Amino acid sequence: MKEPTLYIKRKRPLEAFVMGIIYGASAVSVLLLAGIIGYVFYHGFSALKPEFFTNVTSELKGTVGIAGNLINTVYIIVITLLIATPVGVGGAIYLNEYAKPGRLVRMIEFTTETLSGIPSVIFGLFGMVFFGATLGLDYSILNGCLTLSLMILPLIVRNTQEALRTVPDSYRSAALGMGAAKWYMIRTVLLPSAVPGILTGVILAVGRIVGESAALLFTAGSARALPRLGGGLLKNLERLWQKAGKPGGSLTIELYLQMQNGEYETAFGIGCVLIVIVLVINGLLKLVTGKMTKQ
Amino acid sequence: MVERTAQMIFTVCASFAILAVASITLYMMISGTPAIFKVGLKDILFETAWEPTGAEPKYGILYVILTSVVGTFLAILIGVPIGLMTAVFLAEISGKYTAAIVKPAVELLAGIPSVIYGLLGIYLLNPLMYRLELVLFRDSKTHQFTGGSNLLSAVLVLAIMILPTVINISQTAIESVRKDIRAASLALGASKVQTIFRAVLPAAKSGIVTAVVLGVGRAVGEAMAVTLVSGSSVNLPLPFNSVRFLTTAIVSEMGYSQGTHRQMLFTIGLVLFVFIMLINVVLNRILKGGGEEK
Repeated sequence: MKEPTLYIKRKRPLEAFVMGIIYGASAVSVLLLAGIIGYVFYHGFSALKPEFFTNVTSELKGTVGIAGNLINTVYIIVITLLIATPVGVGGAIYLNEYAKPGRLVRMIEFTTETLSGIPSVIFGLFGMVFFGATLGLDYSILNGCLTLSLMILPLIVRNTQEALRTVPDSYRSAALGMGAAKWYMIRTVLLPSAVPGILTGVILAVGRIVGESAALLFTAGSARALPRLGGGLLKNLERLWQKAGKPGGSLTIELYLQMQNGEYETAFGIGCVLIVIVLVINGLLKLVTGKMTKQ
Repeated sequence: MVERTAQMIFTVCASFAILAVASITLYMMISGTPAIFKVGLKDILFETAWEPTGAEPKYGILYVILTSVVGTFLAILIGVPIGLMTAVFLAEISGKYTAAIVKPAVELLAGIPSVIYGLLGIYLLNPLMYRLELVLFRDSKTHQFTGGSNLLSAVLVLAIMILPTVINISQTAIESVRKDIRAASLALGASKVQTIFRAVLPAAKSGIVTAVVLGVGRAVGEAMAVTLVSGSSVNLPLPFNSVRFLTTAIVSEMGYSQGTHRQMLFTIGLVLFVFIMLINVVLNRILKGGGEEK
């Protein structure tokens, strides 16, 4: 019989089993991701010809392409950010620099939290009845942008707040002590130091916008047309602006419609494009947050 | 003067969130209630027949509500254990290099658009389900074959989609457990696994519950990924039935609905909204409670 000793590690089969489960569960995410990316590219790669990016899908002409949807997506990203970033950053500045703890702040924080939990279908319905019917925007890119602005507002507010919190108080007292007014201090000291944080929020928001579909289906519609150009610079600018008032389907909406029609090759092709965009966004995010931690 | 204006503008910016939530609530009420008065609350919530385009339209959404509840519950049942174990791995066990693989993978999973999950569901998962269905119901005479578009497919897609939420929130919760709790447990002779399950996870309880509640919110609200995957008929939520969720009812019928049918879809939206608000209130309670403990 062996003497029990301190130096021999007791074997615990149950624990090995549990460890196995933990490792297995972590492998799930990695395998899923690899599987998804691999599968989408395997089935969509054949669709990725140069014409795919320059054509517009049309049954009349027999062409397949996503040029219109790409432009719509860019429109939606730019306009949504133009609306939501100033409001979100402003809101965060208020919460962090001006507000005194109390009812208003609690309300703002609760509603911001709520806003980030509301599902996109509900945003879609709201956009349809409020921006679409009440404000008369109907199905238009602008309607989609306004709706998405509400959706990404919490992201921008929270990341800006985070960034403002990390600015040391000594910066504030130093600027104020030298006689700077509060707004001047915010503009010249706080905001520049908070830029990486704001940028993080903006990039996350872009990711959210690119992936969004349910909220856009009821608000921005599904048109694929390219903006018509020609007739001088001013005329072109006017036409580009007018496009925002017309319906336009993003890449995700086009994917959904193609999938609904059983056009899987095109759907997987768009899937490839979306995944590449997501990868690029994640790369950018790493770059920005990497800079932040270095600072 | 400039100072005043600046402060005013910032206050207005901050109030936008309140304004947005207030107007969303208001508009959901305004557009969701007319159908309730027309059809009657009892006939909507406790009837199972959904025939909005019939000669005598019926608007019972009991099955739709049940599907959302059961579907979410099953997705949580599958997704939370996997997510929680992954969070344990990331927070307690993984080394630098393995974490550098798993963490980005989780982040990317969160970033993949829901339509892509839907596409994979319909193209890959549904045919597999159909094969399983053929084997399981070979001798059944009553089973209606769905081609694989069933509750189970939708649940699997939802379970995958809530993973990143569950992992991220519970990882943060586990990492914020104080070091001395681990040290005390290890010093008493507990093994690593015992420490994790007996000391660390109980201490991270409120954060993990938050993760589950957020996961529920995500699963209840997901629409585009499950619209096509779940089939499209209103049925009792059994694993191999073609079913319709609250969200998918709205998405799949909004295009062609008219009159009372359209108003009814907004009522479904209102029901969904009430669910989400309840979840939010619960979440708020947990977060506040957690704050008091500390």
